[in-house]
Parts: sequence; structure tokens; C-alpha cells
Amino acid sequence: MAKSNKPIVWGPFAAGGTLTAFLTPALIALTLLAGLGEVPGALSYERLHAFAAHWPVKAALVVVIGLSLWSAAHRLRITCYDLGVRADAAVAAIVYAGALAGTGAAMLYLLRI
Amino acid sequence: MSRRPYERPITSEWIFRHPRYVRYMVREFSCLFIGGYALLMVVGLERLSQGPAAWESFLQALQAPASIGFHIVALAFSLYHSVTWFNLTPKALPVQVGEEFLPDGVIAGAHYAAWVGLSIGLLWMAGVF
Amino acid sequence: MTELSILRYNPETDDQPRFQSYEVPCREDWVVLDALNYIKENLDPTLSYRWSCHMAVCGSCGMMINQEPKLACKAFLRDYQGLIRVEPLRHFPIERDLVTVIDDFMAKLSRVRPYLIPKDVKALEAGEYRQTPAELKRFKQYSMCINCMLCYAACPEYGLIPKYIGPAAIALAHRWNQDSRDAGREERQEALAAKEGAWECSFVGACSEVCPEHVDPAGAIQQVKIRSTVDWYQEHLMPWLKK
Repeated sequence: MAKSNKPIVWGPFAAGGTLTAFLTPALIALTLLAGLGEVPGALSYERLHAFAAHWPVKAALVVVIGLSLWSAAHRLRITCYDLGVRADAAVAAIVYAGALAGTGAAMLYLLRI
Repeated sequence: MSRRPYERPITSEWIFRHPRYVRYMVREFSCLFIGGYALLMVVGLERLSQGPAAWESFLQALQAPASIGFHIVALAFSLYHSVTWFNLTPKALPVQVGEEFLPDGVIAGAHYAAWVGLSIGLLWMAGVF
Repeated sequence: MTELSILRYNPETDDQPRFQSYEVPCREDWVVLDALNYIKENLDPTLSYRWSCHMAVCGSCGMMINQEPKLACKAFLRDYQGLIRVEPLRHFPIERDLVTVIDDFMAKLSRVRPYLIPKDVKALEAGEYRQTPAELKRFKQYSMCINCMLCYAACPEYGLIPKYIGPAAIALAHRWNQDSRDAGREERQEALAAKEGAWECSFVGACSEVCPEHVDPAGAIQQVKIRSTVDWYQEHLMPWLKK
């Protein structure tokens, strides 16, 4: 029985899970406040656009979005199996591709900012 | 004497056999909302890259009842993810100081403290207060 | 009087298991095992089940009591209301009545090499291995496993993925990996870092909840995952580093 290459997918999952545990609630609070009419100062177009124009910020955003999508994708894959969906290879391909696509899109948009 | 072992079939009813399995599934389902929110961030970046008008309409769309509903549910699930993650961290990363291991509460507590600090810092920098 | 509903299965006569009910006296200090012994001695000598120590150290009497994996010698009748359902330990084939086929676990246990693999074989004249209390504490809790297999019955992943090596096997491997006298971690990784090793675990945590000895196999498995991940990235990204 050979050693598995699972660490390729598990490492980012663990990193993403930790990141989302620390960051996601506060992030959701920001856009929730915006939705309730109390747009936080940093979410005005001028400030946010200026903020996202910095390369370190772009890199950080790619990392946050990328790891969030990846850890969600990995968990979704496990959940599908837990619910009885046997086609693990197919599910894995779909969810990880989705996460990578979302991350790629984020990179694309950040390049335009 | 002949052997004929009987294998009981596995169905999805295991999920409801005990509250701990239901709690596990709830924790796992948080991925839909955390992933969903990350996708919302991607859409937000798209709008931001398209100029002030597109960004304004994104902020407007956030006010829709469906968006508020999603945010509240997503917040609940993401809080559940955070709490379960921090509570499980001491099991995965035990720290031995001298002879004894640090109590779980210390390691989890440190994570909670960092989380609160980070969240308040983020919200303050964003101009919420 | 208390009613026990027990899942019976006779491989020679039955196509399927079926429940059979028995009325037993409800003594204040009785455990389910006492009720089973009462049934076997007074009501139905054909009832088959494993047991030995009657004090939660041998690990023989694991079974599903009201759908929860428990040691029959540790489940007090007074803690249950109404009918008590007794079934063989879940996720194992039923041999007969409450006796399960445990071959799968035994095979997996030997696969993880749960014994001391020292760096160099020490001659008897060289004396004992010495260990500090701190070194002992690193593995002590994992050595408390009594191989009762309640964790396998509780683990939904083991139910869904029969090839999964399972909580107790990993916890016992971890016990030796953490032992300062041992140098066999790399050898054990063959079984632990394999696809059916620690990676099938999704940290449900049910195993640790039902463990009668507080071994915390779930914790052991996550520690194995983290170590295996660090190993993997080191091997693939920095192969020049000696482990």
C-alpha cells in the first residue's frame, strides 16, 4: 500500500479551514452591514479600489479566496460521500475544478483593478 | 457447523442515529455557505474591477432580502465552523510543556482570543466603528 | 422487571437476524452483561455473546445498546428507561447472535506494527531503556486501548469505507510513534499514510466520544494527518532534507 498523495488536497484544506475560522465571520459581517444600509467606510468604491490596487493586497485576497474555496470544496466532497454519493473521483474533479476556477476568476478581476 | 456471517447493510440513516452525527453534518454543511460567501467575494471583485457604477449596483444587490437572508444563515454557519474548528484544534495540536500537556481550554482559548482580536481589528479598520 | 430485545442470528437456520425479547429482573447494580448472563443461565442457553472480565478492561463485550456502542459490562440497567435493544457491534459481520467477525480489525491491527521497533537491537546486558515521566506522558493515553472496537462501530467512515484502517489501529500505531524508545514511524507510515489510512477520517470524533478508556483516537488520527502532511511536503519540496 503506497503512501497517499492526499496531503496535496488536505494541506490547503487545513490551511483554508483555519483561515476561514478566523476571518469569514468578520467578512460576512462587513457585507451584511452593507446590505442593511450601513456601508462600512472601507467598502466605498474609492477606498476599496485603492486598497485592492496594492499588489500585496491582491496576493492576500487571492490567498483568502483561494483557500476558502478549496477548503469548502474539500469538505463538500467528503459530505457528498457521507451522503452516499459513491462517485468520489467525479465529485472531487468537479469541486476542486470549481474552487480553482473561482480562484482564477478572482485573479483575473484583481489584475484589472 | 457452517459459518455464514451476516453483513448488515449501510444506509444514510446513521446521520440521525445520535445527535453527534447530526452536529457533524451541520458542521460539514457550513462549507456550502463559506464557499458560497467566497464566491460572493469573487463576484464583488468582478464588480469592483468594472468601475464605480458596477460596484454601486453590487452594494445595492446586497440589500435584497435574499442577500440578507443568505448573510444571516452564512454568518450562523461560519460561526459554527469557527467554534468547532477552535474546539478541535487542541486535539490535533497538543502542546507539551515540561511533563504536562497544555489544557485544551488554553489552546482553544488562545484561538478564541486571537479570533476576537482579529475580527474587532478588521471591523475597526473597515470603518465599522 | 426490564425487557431486553436482543438481535438473534443463527447462521444454520436463519436467513436474516431477528429480534427476540426477554424479561429480566431489574437489579440496582446490574449491567447489561448481568442481564445477558441471567438470560443464558435461566431463559435461553442458546444466546451467544463474548465477555470476560466484567470490569471494562478486556474489551470483549462491546455491543450496540440502544444504538450506542457500549461495553455490556459498563452499561447499567438503571440508566435505561423502557425497552433495551441489544445488537452486535455495528460495522462488523454477525457471526452468531451478538458475536461479530473481528478478522478485519485483527488484520488492520497487525498491519500498523503495534510493537516496539527500536533503532538498534539492544542486548540484554546493556540494561533497560530509560524514559522520563514527560516521555511516558507523550504516549500513555494511547496505550490504554483495550481493543474493544467500540470506535469502529461509532465511526461512520468505517461503515461507509470498509477498507479504512480505523481509529483504534491508528491510535495504537501513534502510541508507538510517540514512544521515545521507538524508531519505527517510517515503517508504520506505509499503513498510516496510505489512502485507507488516516486519510479516510473526516474528524467526526464519534470514536473518541464512545471510547471507554478515553484514548482519544480522533486526536491521534489528526496528529498523524498533520505529521504525514509535513512529511509529504518535505519529501516533495525539499527532498534534500533528511527527516
